[in-house]
This record gives sequence, structure tokens and C-alpha cells, in this order.
Amino acid sequence: MSTSRVATRPPAHARTAGRSRASWVAYGVIGVIGELLITVGVLLLGFLVWQLWWTDVEGNAVQAEIVREMDFAPPPAAPAGEGPKVAEPRRDEPPVMDEPEHAVSFAHLLVPRWAGEQERPISQGTDRPTVLDVLGIGHYEGTAMPGGIGNFALAGHRVTYGKPFNRIEELQVGDPLVVRTADTWYVYKVTGTEVVMPADVRVIAPAPNQPGVEPTERVITLTTCHPMFSARERYIVHGVLDYWAPVTDGTPAELLG
Amino acid sequence: MYGWLWRHLPGPTLVRLLIAALLAAGVLVACFLWVYPAIAPFMPFNETTVGEG
Repeated sequence: MSTSRVATRPPAHARTAGRSRASWVAYGVIGVIGELLITVGVLLLGFLVWQLWWTDVEGNAVQAEIVREMDFAPPPAAPAGEGPKVAEPRRDEPPVMDEPEHAVSFAHLLVPRWAGEQERPISQGTDRPTVLDVLGIGHYEGTAMPGGIGNFALAGHRVTYGKPFNRIEELQVGDPLVVRTADTWYVYKVTGTEVVMPADVRVIAPAPNQPGVEPTERVITLTTCHPMFSARERYIVHGVLDYWAPVTDGTPAELLG
Repeated sequence: MYGWLWRHLPGPTLVRLLIAALLAAGVLVACFLWVYPAIAPFMPFNETTVGEG
């Protein structure tokens, strides 16, 4: 019995050939789809690595290079040779430069609270492809220049592309924000922080949060994304000019502490 | 797909491994230089300015 049943089945090589043709196609298609999905997964992981790590590596290097190329003259040292000279605060009318061309770097930002953070360039404009993604901190076109009456408004990335405003949440009321142009120090003090919606342009109005009102104060505003890794809201820091000093007079005491 | 690629790489296993690693590195470099920067603007984070809605 058993021998005859075996004999009625096709020979072994024919059986496997018949089954393998269909299964070869099926397994082949499934296999390729699977490999494609794995590849997409790996490439997405690569995107995260690029966005969260590589753009910082690149951005930090580029921004440091811009600061070097701007080649601001170092402030003078104390006559006795005991370290840098402290600049005398001045509260009279400060010099205010004209707005430069788009994407031109014109100042540096130094924030003592962000110890360990590199000196960052400030460039004209706030669009991402030509300023924020490549040059770092951007200056809202049409807002006041450093020391000017009105709102010196800046934007910067909080994550990625060198993340110049990464530590913005550490800032407290009274913290100095030091802006340096080629010839002048402008020392602002933080007056407050707030979280607003992306459409709230009133925060960069000449008199912050009072659109249409003629400005009387010399203020600074930093804007960045909030919460981190999201574009849902904006984190805003306001400050007001405390004093200014010519670079030839020395270095602000805030930077020497 | 990768099986086909592996079968068509020349040389002994070690050489094939090296070529495969080089190909993978090439793909990654191309992504870092061109592909990722091109798709980054479409990602839903990173907006830092006010007034863009």
C-alpha cells in the first residue's frame, strides 16, 4: 500500500521545482519589500543623526569661523598688565550703526549665563536658508539696531544648526546680554521671559507687546522655538539696555566675572 | 535585493565586505551632503521666528 502511494507521487525534483517557482516569486517580493523597509528605517535614523548632531557640528564650526573672520579688535588690557581693563559704563546717547545688507554679520552676542557657550555672530535677516541655518543668530529686518531706541529683535535655533539659543531657558531676570559691534559694547539686562504663539509678532514690536506705540526704551528681544524640538510655540526673552561702552575703553565687567 | 548585490560583488568574502561597506558609506555621505539638507525644510520643527504663523 504505502509503496504504491509513494509511486503515484511525482518524482522529488519535479515536486520541488513546481513549488519553488511560486514561492520563489512570493518570497522574492516579500524579501525585497522587507529590505526596502529596513533601508528606509536606517536612512530615517541617519536623518536624525544628521539633523540632531551633524548640523550642530557644522553650525558651530561655521559660526566660530565667522566670528574669527569678522576680526574685531581685542579690547585693551589694563596698563599694569593685570588682565583686561574694565570699561566704564556710559549711559549717554550710544552710537547706533545702520542696518547692513541681508545676511551680513555685524555683531557678536555674549551671554555670561551660558558659560562654555561660544561667542556667536549676529547677522542681518531671519530667513532659514540664508541666515538662521547657516550663520546662526539673525536680526529681524526693520527692527532697531544695537543701542537704538526700539526693539533690537533676534531669532536663533534652540536645537540643530549650532543651536545658538539652546540654553535660553536658563536666562533669569537681571542676566546681562552683551552685544558687541566692531567699536561698541552694548550691555542689556534681561527683564522678563514669556511663551507666545508663533503668530504673536507684538513681541518684536518697537515697544514690545505694545504695537503701534512709539518706543522710548532701548530693548532687546530674543525669539526661539518652544518647546524644544517643536515649533508649536515661541520662547521669548526681553531685555533693556543697561549701558554701553566703546571697545577702546576696555571690557564690560559682566564678561570678566 | 541585498542578496543579489552580494552575489554580484566580485572577489572573496573579505573583499566583498569591504566593497559593501564602501557602498554603504557612499550612500550615507550622499544623504548627509544632499538628501537630508533637501528634506530638512519640510520637517515640522525648527521654526524660531515670530510672524510665520
